[in-house]
Amino acid sequence: MRTDSPLKASPRTIVIWTLVALVSAAGWSVLALSRGEEVSAAWMVAAALGSYAIAYRFYAKFIAHKVLKVDGTRATPAERLNNGIDFHPTDRRVLLGHHFAAIAGAGPLVGPVLAAQMGYLPGTIWIIVGVIFAGAVQDMVVLFFSTRRDGRSLGQMAREEIGPFGGAAALLAAFAIMIVLLGVLALVVVNALAQSPWGTFSIAMTVPIALLMGFYLRVLRPGRVAEVSLIGVALLLFALIAGRWVAESSWAGTFTLAPSTLVVWLVAYGFIASILPVWMLLAPRDYLSTFMKIGTIVLLALGVVIALPTLRMDGVTDFASQGDGPVFAGSLFPFVFITIACGALSGFHSLISSGTTPKMIQKETQVRVIGYGSMLMESSVAVMALIAASVIDPGLYFAMNAPAGVIGDTVQNASQVVGGWGYRISPEDLAAAAKNVEESSLLSRTGGAPTLAVGVSEIFSQVTGGGLRAFWYHFAIMFEALFILTALDAGTRVGRFMLQDTLGNLYKPFRDVSWKPGLVITSGIVCGLWGYFLWVGVHEPLGGINQLFPVFGISNQLLAAVALAVCTTLLVKSGRLRWAWVTGIPLLWDATVTLTASWQKVFSSDPRVGFFEQRSVYQDGIDRGEVIAPAKNMDDMHTIVTNSTVDGVLTAVLALLIVIVIADATRVCVRHVRRPALSSLSEAPYVESRIVAPAGLIPTGQEKKEARDAVGAEPRG
Amino acid sequence: MRSALNRAVRGVRWYVRELTDESAYDRYAAYLRENRPGAEVPSRREFERMRTDRQEADPRQGFRCC
Repeated sequence: MRTDSPLKASPRTIVIWTLVALVSAAGWSVLALSRGEEVSAAWMVAAALGSYAIAYRFYAKFIAHKVLKVDGTRATPAERLNNGIDFHPTDRRVLLGHHFAAIAGAGPLVGPVLAAQMGYLPGTIWIIVGVIFAGAVQDMVVLFFSTRRDGRSLGQMAREEIGPFGGAAALLAAFAIMIVLLGVLALVVVNALAQSPWGTFSIAMTVPIALLMGFYLRVLRPGRVAEVSLIGVALLLFALIAGRWVAESSWAGTFTLAPSTLVVWLVAYGFIASILPVWMLLAPRDYLSTFMKIGTIVLLALGVVIALPTLRMDGVTDFASQGDGPVFAGSLFPFVFITIACGALSGFHSLISSGTTPKMIQKETQVRVIGYGSMLMESSVAVMALIAASVIDPGLYFAMNAPAGVIGDTVQNASQVVGGWGYRISPEDLAAAAKNVEESSLLSRTGGAPTLAVGVSEIFSQVTGGGLRAFWYHFAIMFEALFILTALDAGTRVGRFMLQDTLGNLYKPFRDVSWKPGLVITSGIVCGLWGYFLWVGVHEPLGGINQLFPVFGISNQLLAAVALAVCTTLLVKSGRLRWAWVTGIPLLWDATVTLTASWQKVFSSDPRVGFFEQRSVYQDGIDRGEVIAPAKNMDDMHTIVTNSTVDGVLTAVLALLIVIVIADATRVCVRHVRRPALSSLSEAPYVESRIVAPAGLIPTGQEKKEARDAVGAEPRG
Repeated sequence: MRSALNRAVRGVRWYVRELTDESAYDRYAAYLRENRPGAEVPSRREFERMRTDRQEADPRQGFRCC
C-alpha cells in the first residue's frame, strides 16, 4: 500500500514489517489449523498484536491521510474555543488515557466470555477483524467529523446532516438502548453477587468509601484526585480482604442476598445515587473505577503474557453451527457478531468520540492515535477476556453459563447435562471449583462476570500461586461490579437528561435540569424502566442473560449502524464519495448482521431463538393447561409469555428505528450525489492552528524539529 | 543516572496529575491570567465546585461507556 511518506521505505522498515506480518500470520495459522490439541494463548496474543500493528501502521494511516485528509494546520475546537475547562488542548498521551478509560468498561469483558460458547476462534476472528475494519474506523471517523464540528454530539450531527426525522429516530433509539444496556449490566452484577457474602460485602463497602472520598474532595482538600484515589484504592483492597472475614463470620447471613433482594437494592441505589449531587458518589466512584480498571487491565495483560496459559476450550464448538447453545441461542451468523460488541464494534463509543474527546484534541492529525489507537487497546482487552474464558475447563464454563432451567441446581445434574453436550466434568470437580474461590456454588452464574473472574483467578494464580485464587476471583468480581454500578448511576443521569429534554417540550419546567420535582420524576422513570428489565431478567425461567443479552447486543450494534450511517453520509456530503466504502462497507455488514439477528429474534420458527414463536408455544401450553419445561408452574408460563412479547416488540421497534435512520441517510446521500447544491454541510470554518504537536505517540524527527523551531520563535513570557 | 530518574518521576507525576484532571485548576488559573487579565481567579475550592456543578447540569460530560 502507498503511504504518504515522500521517501521510499527504508530496508530496515521493510524487514521490521515483514517480521511483524510473519509473527501475526504464524499466530493465525496455529489458531486456525489446530484441531483437538490444546493451544497456547501466546498464539492468540501474537495474532492480535501483529494484526493491530499492521492495521494501525497502514490502514489507519491511509484513512487519516487519504480519506479524511486530516489537516495539521487546521485549529481544532480545543484551540479555537479554549475556555480552560472543557475545551482545552490536551496532550495526546493524556487524551489517549482519558479516551481509553471512557470507552473501555464491562462491555469488552462480558461479550467475549459469552461468545466463547462457540469456541475461541469465531470470537477471536471477529474481535480482531471487526476492530480493524469497523470498530476502530467508526471511532476515528466519528471523532474526526465531530472535531470538525466543534465537538457536536452524534445526535446533533444526525439531526443536522441527515434531517430532523432521522435525528429523532436516532435519539429515541439511543434512549431505548441506554435502558436495555443498564438493565443487562445490572443483571450481570446481580448474577455475580447473588448468594455471595464476600462479593456483596466488598461491593457494599464501595459506597461508604466513595462518600468518604467525595467529602475529602469537597471539603478537606478540593481537587487532590490522585491522593484521594490512592486512599480509596487502599480502602477498597482492605474491603476486599475483609470480605473474606465477613463471609466466614456470623455476619455472612446479612450479606447473603437472594437475586430478587439484590434487584431491589440495585434499583434503589441507582435512583438515590442519580439524584444525589455528582460530588457525593458519582465523581469519587468514577475515580475509583478508573484506577481499578486501568490497574486490572495492566495486571491482566501482564498475567497473560507471563503465564501464557493454554486454551482448553475448542476452537469451534458444535453450538456454532447448530445454534442450540445454552448461553444464548442462535447460530454463529449472526449471533457472534452481536454478542461481541465492545472490543470489535461498539456503537456506544460514538457517543464518547463525539462528546468529550473532540473538545480536547490538540491536532486533527491525532485522531488516528486517539480514535483508532484506543479502540485497538480495547480490542486487546476483549482478546484477554476471551483468553480468560477459554483457559478454564470447558465443562465448568458451560455449567457456569447455562441457565438453571437447563442444568438444574445440583452438581450431579449439571455434570450430567454438560456431559451430554460432550464436555466431561465430574460433580466433585464442579464442587471443588466453587470451593476454590470460596463460593457456595458456581452453577448458572450467567452474565460473564463470574466466568471471567474464574479465568482471571486461574491466570493470576499461575503467577502468584494457588493460595490467592479466591482473592483474585473476588478481586475480579469487585472490579467489574464497581464500574457497572458507576455506569448505572451515570447512565441513569444521561437517560434522565434525554427524558428531561423531551418532556420539556410538553411541560416547560422539565427542561430546567435543576428543577427538583422534574429530577426525581425523570430519575424514577429511568430507574423504573431499567429496573423492569432487571426484574424480568432475574425471574426469567428461560434465563435472563440468555433472553436479554441478544437484545442488548442488537441495540448496541444498531447504535453503531446509526454512527456509521452518519459517517458515511458525511463522507459523501464532504466530497469523499469515492472513499465512502471505508465506513459504508462496515455499515452494510453491521446492518446485515444486526437486522438478520433482529429478524430471527422476531420471526424465527425456532422457539429458542424467535420471541414470538416462543410466546405462542407457551401460550398454547397455557391454553391446554400444560406446563412446559423449564417453566415449573403456570406462573412461570405466564411470565415467559409476557417477557417474550415485550422482548419481541422491543427488538422489532429498535430494528424499525434503525431502518428509518439508514433509509433517511441513504436519501440524503442520493440527493447529494444527484444535486449537490441542495445539501448543506455544517463544518466549522478553517482557522489556522498555532499549536505545534506530534501526530503519533512517538514524535518523528521532523516533528521534533518543528517543536524546537516553534519554541525558538515564540516570545518567552 | 540521577537526573534520568528525576525526569522519570516528574514524568509520571505529570501524567497522573493530567490523567486524573488534578491539574485542571492550575490550567484554568493559567488560562484566566493569560487570556482575561482583568478577571478574578477563583479559589481552588470554588473552581472544583463549579466543575462538579457543570457535570451536574449536563451529565453527558465525562460520560463513560459500558
